[in-house]
Amino acid sequence: MAKLKIALYWAASCGGCEIATLAIHEKILKLAEVADIVFWPVGMDFKYADVEKMADKSVDVCLFNGAIRNEENEHMAHLLRAKSKIMIAYGSCAYEGCIPGLSNFYNRQLTFDRVYIETPSTDNPKKIFPQTKVKVPEGELELPEFYDTVKTLAQTVDVDYFVPGCPPEEKTTWLALEALITGKLPPKGTVISHSIKAVCDECPLKKEEKKIKKFYRAYEKIPEPERCLLEQGFLCYGIATRGGCGALCPQANMRCTGCYGPVEGVIDQGAHFLSALSSIIDSNDPEEIQRIIDDIPDPAGTFYRYSLPDSLLRRARIK
Amino acid sequence: MKKITIDPITRLEGHGKITIFLNEDGSVANTYLQIPELRGFEKFSEGRIAEDMPQITQRICGVCPEAHHMAATKALDDLFHVEPTSTAKKLRELLYSAFYVTDHTTHFYILAGPDFVMGPDAAPAERNILGVIAKVGLELGGAVINTRKQNHWIIQTVGGRPIHPCFGLPGGVSRAINEEERAKIEEIAKGSIEFAKLTLKVFDDVVLKNKTYLDMILSDTFTQKSYNMGLVDKNNKVNFYDGKVRVVGPDGKEFCKYAPREYLEHIAERVEPWTYLKFPYLKKVGWKGFVDGKDSGVYRATPLSRLNAADGMATPLAQEEYERMYSTLGGKPANYTLATHWARLIELLYAAERLLELSRDPEITSPDIRNIPTATPDEGVGIVEAPRGTLTHHYITDEKGVIKKCNLIVGTTNNHAPLFMSIKKAAEDLIKPGVKITEGLLNRIEMAWRPYDPCMSCATHALPGQLPLEVTIYDAQGKELQKLSQGIS
Repeated sequence: MAKLKIALYWAASCGGCEIATLAIHEKILKLAEVADIVFWPVGMDFKYADVEKMADKSVDVCLFNGAIRNEENEHMAHLLRAKSKIMIAYGSCAYEGCIPGLSNFYNRQLTFDRVYIETPSTDNPKKIFPQTKVKVPEGELELPEFYDTVKTLAQTVDVDYFVPGCPPEEKTTWLALEALITGKLPPKGTVISHSIKAVCDECPLKKEEKKIKKFYRAYEKIPEPERCLLEQGFLCYGIATRGGCGALCPQANMRCTGCYGPVEGVIDQGAHFLSALSSIIDSNDPEEIQRIIDDIPDPAGTFYRYSLPDSLLRRARIK
Repeated sequence: MKKITIDPITRLEGHGKITIFLNEDGSVANTYLQIPELRGFEKFSEGRIAEDMPQITQRICGVCPEAHHMAATKALDDLFHVEPTSTAKKLRELLYSAFYVTDHTTHFYILAGPDFVMGPDAAPAERNILGVIAKVGLELGGAVINTRKQNHWIIQTVGGRPIHPCFGLPGGVSRAINEEERAKIEEIAKGSIEFAKLTLKVFDDVVLKNKTYLDMILSDTFTQKSYNMGLVDKNNKVNFYDGKVRVVGPDGKEFCKYAPREYLEHIAERVEPWTYLKFPYLKKVGWKGFVDGKDSGVYRATPLSRLNAADGMATPLAQEEYERMYSTLGGKPANYTLATHWARLIELLYAAERLLELSRDPEITSPDIRNIPTATPDEGVGIVEAPRGTLTHHYITDEKGVIKKCNLIVGTTNNHAPLFMSIKKAAEDLIKPGVKITEGLLNRIEMAWRPYDPCMSCATHALPGQLPLEVTIYDAQGKELQKLSQGIS
């Protein structure tokens, strides 16, 4: 059997997905037996020009991580889609927009104003901003355009599969790779994870009754050990987040923040969490409910921590 | 005018781009390093809840998330006016030491090692980690993989997750460790010290005993006399987790020493229209352009700068190595960019020794890991020494602890100007009229920036290979004259 041709690419991302790909450790040798990496700018020495020269659909699989934040990211997404038979949005940024997607609460100008003018260490009296084309004494320099809105990969090109997580855990990565190697591919559009259910389903913390009178911030009290964090009033997102990670954060006494995205069948993770929460608030009195809700100071940024670009909201309207 | 574009510099986060303009005679007119990426954390952190900042800001970098997590957590201590418990501070530093062991190891063996072990003129196909392993032996290769894996286990055990840990809270950490875990950490630390010693020996045998390399380290092409920055403890010894930022001049004299809260008195940042990344400089010296020397506010924040800025190392074996390095290089400060690799290995040894000290600390398994803040949050600054430079996080919140303003001066950003200058100098010295531009020559230009281990190259740490360059030379009419590539299989 011919070896699989795999391309890996990072767009607007932190590099954590690259490290996660390598976290399969010794299995990487197994991968090397059956697959050739034909493009991986982070780890290997191939250039854009090499990709451009490839025939369409000559790459079997592209693992694409990172969101679409600028012109260059978008260009590469289209290029790699054309060259690849299977396109995988690998990791939360490509899948849902992730934390850099919180940028959709603002826009390019507000971001530029903050970064290049207002920050207290910045000394920029002439209000210089980076430009896509700049004349320097010796010639002209170019930069890719920074977009107003962060997009997911699927909002840019057709995507075949999604691998959740910020970053995906080792076993999740291997599950996806194994499907590719064995050719036992799930239906198009599948989110590849060991679970289609919520993180709670695999969390070993003891669950009794979810009735909440007060929400606590993480710094306000020390959680009782081995007891469900949500039942103790911490805004643990496990209830509305796809499992497969092994519930690592709750076991370190920290709430799940939702990085594996929505559970199977849910379109909008934030709305799902909100509806789940409203059913466990222990009150029928509108004023009391309001008081309880007031303990969540940044609902949009908390409920859509990883999924704002992919949500029904997509971005904030800037007046 | 001819224009050489090296685009993308793969293995640089955001695909950095180097453009070299040539005069008609073939000499270098100017060189630019452009960073074409911005994500805007300083803006979108506004509105978020402060205690989530360690987990939000670590998404700046997935290779050094521990550094952002730690700087953010320390900024929260300050913001909430809460002192972490003694055990919490030690657990944070323990995780951070394990992180340094992994990070410095991968940089040396995977990124920098190939240049020295295989030689700058070796065939690109050999100039990678696999070539290194073939030359130094499989056993050492196995030790590299094992050291990384074990120290990652420490990060997951203490920090909750292997990548993007979640344990930092104002006043402490979320999880204590037990005796069984402690004992395992102690064993890993012992192994890491042996590994660091072995690595220094490799550096000795391969680099220092080779006169060609030593001459290259000491050459003017790779020398830059800028200010040096680094975090120091109360005895002015190198510290990664805590202390004051000390800056010494190119002459080695202390220029300033500041606490995190005072950073704005000392650091300013310049904006250029042709790159998305800013250029920090020493405010009291001022911005004089891309030049070195005492009158230019350009400073470096690298392993070598940290050693230059300190009076020594706080652990015995690292101190011996520190003394040996400066006696070999002819005293302090050492302004030889390539000696940064050596300094990094001394830091590797220090990190391993510190890991061992902390693993044996009687308090380390104490359950007393958190103090609950009681004051109203307002403003906080946290500084740690990230592997690639001093890292500053500054937050202002409302009384509910919601971020109103956020400012970040990130590791590699400190080195943006010096990085640029090192590339420019190497290009100017190496590309001359009549000199054929060869693959090895390009690699030497590349060697000028590799010591900085730019975090734009974060994930470089991970895989075989070396920096690929593709240089296209155009004539004044834009016609392609020559195309050279290296590292392209």
